[in-house]
Amino acid sequence: MPNPMQRVIAASEERNMLKFGYSLLFLAAIMLFSTGLMAGEKVQYGEAVEGSAKADKLDACVAPTPFMRRSHFELIKHQRDITVHQGVRDTDNSLAGCVDCHVAKDAHGHFVPVTEEKQFCAGCHEYTGVSMDCFTCHATTPTETGK
Amino acid sequence: MIVSQTENSAIDENRREFLSVAGKAAAATVVAPGVFLHTVGNAAPRSEPVTDAVRYGMLIDTSKCADGCSDCVSACDKENGLDMLIKPEGASDEAWARQKPRWIRSVKLKDNLTGKVTSLPMMCQHCEHPPCVDVCPTGASFRRDDGIVMVDRHTCIGCRYCMMACPYKARSFIHEHVQLKPTAAPRGKGCVESCTLCVHRLDNGGTTTACQDACSSGAIVFGDLRDPDSEVSKAMAKHSTTQLRADLKLNTGVRYRGV
Repeated sequence: MPNPMQRVIAASEERNMLKFGYSLLFLAAIMLFSTGLMAGEKVQYGEAVEGSAKADKLDACVAPTPFMRRSHFELIKHQRDITVHQGVRDTDNSLAGCVDCHVAKDAHGHFVPVTEEKQFCAGCHEYTGVSMDCFTCHATTPTETGK
Repeated sequence: MIVSQTENSAIDENRREFLSVAGKAAAATVVAPGVFLHTVGNAAPRSEPVTDAVRYGMLIDTSKCADGCSDCVSACDKENGLDMLIKPEGASDEAWARQKPRWIRSVKLKDNLTGKVTSLPMMCQHCEHPPCVDVCPTGASFRRDDGIVMVDRHTCIGCRYCMMACPYKARSFIHEHVQLKPTAAPRGKGCVESCTLCVHRLDNGGTTTACQDACSSGAIVFGDLRDPDSEVSKAMAKHSTTQLRADLKLNTGVRYRGV
């Protein structure tokens, strides 16, 4: 086991590598854009998503699907503090937005809560064994009042 | 924008994975800004953080408050989903009547010397120096820069110190699991809540509160106390107004006439 200081140094090195990564990344993005190669970029879209939700008819979420699969909670968690404390609601990253877009309808046209079995949120969280707490308080279907 | 958000999430991820993800994020930002799902609606939600250039407040003219009228209370209940709450299983009617969450209470004041009775709606007074914020051990109880006192229920631990500290009995506690809740007013077991001056309306471009809209006698005037031309400021400049428990020097945002 490395001692705490070694771990801090290792983390610091990791961050430095990341910074270097960013520089490379931006450089690469600019080069690709200028040569028109970006148009050929293929992103794998949600092949598991089919149905009546708005999201099912779109090519991608607010960020590419692989990113959303891995890190959607980072976006939501970051957004919640900005919205609650600063009142900023002009955003792509709200939980209400997730529900609004990903909620499915049943045969009668009624919304099915996203926490129901096999629905968008619960389907994945159950499979991966994630126990999240959003919907203890937040609405699981879009409601009329407010946004 | 997306790239900078990636920065936080990617620290402990595999570097190669991060580079590939961020590359795609950058690609999507540049190539297809039109694919983003949520566009700005007609009501123009707030895009900049609130500032203290605004202080929201309210003037309630109790002389216009009809005895027995509860229009503002029911409008508040409907707007904020309080009417969706049902009595917990096993609770007595008495306990439910006592503990049912409510953001506005209909209160009667009696002057013992003269016998004059005044009816008024009582809610969070949105103090400049809120005792609920002073006592909160987690920082969940906070005052937004525009003067709205709120509970961040992501950090509320349900200790209820704020309920004890509030001189206006403005806050409610959610004792049981909540089945139904509106998108605009999330609500869950174990947290404290109170009037937010319909913050979801204000943040989405609205200028009124539900109680104000519901009051047919025009007893409630809502607006920006810092703007001398707002209706509420003009009314306050013209008439004498009262802060309830002014002796506590809390500088409340909600003021009354005729008390």
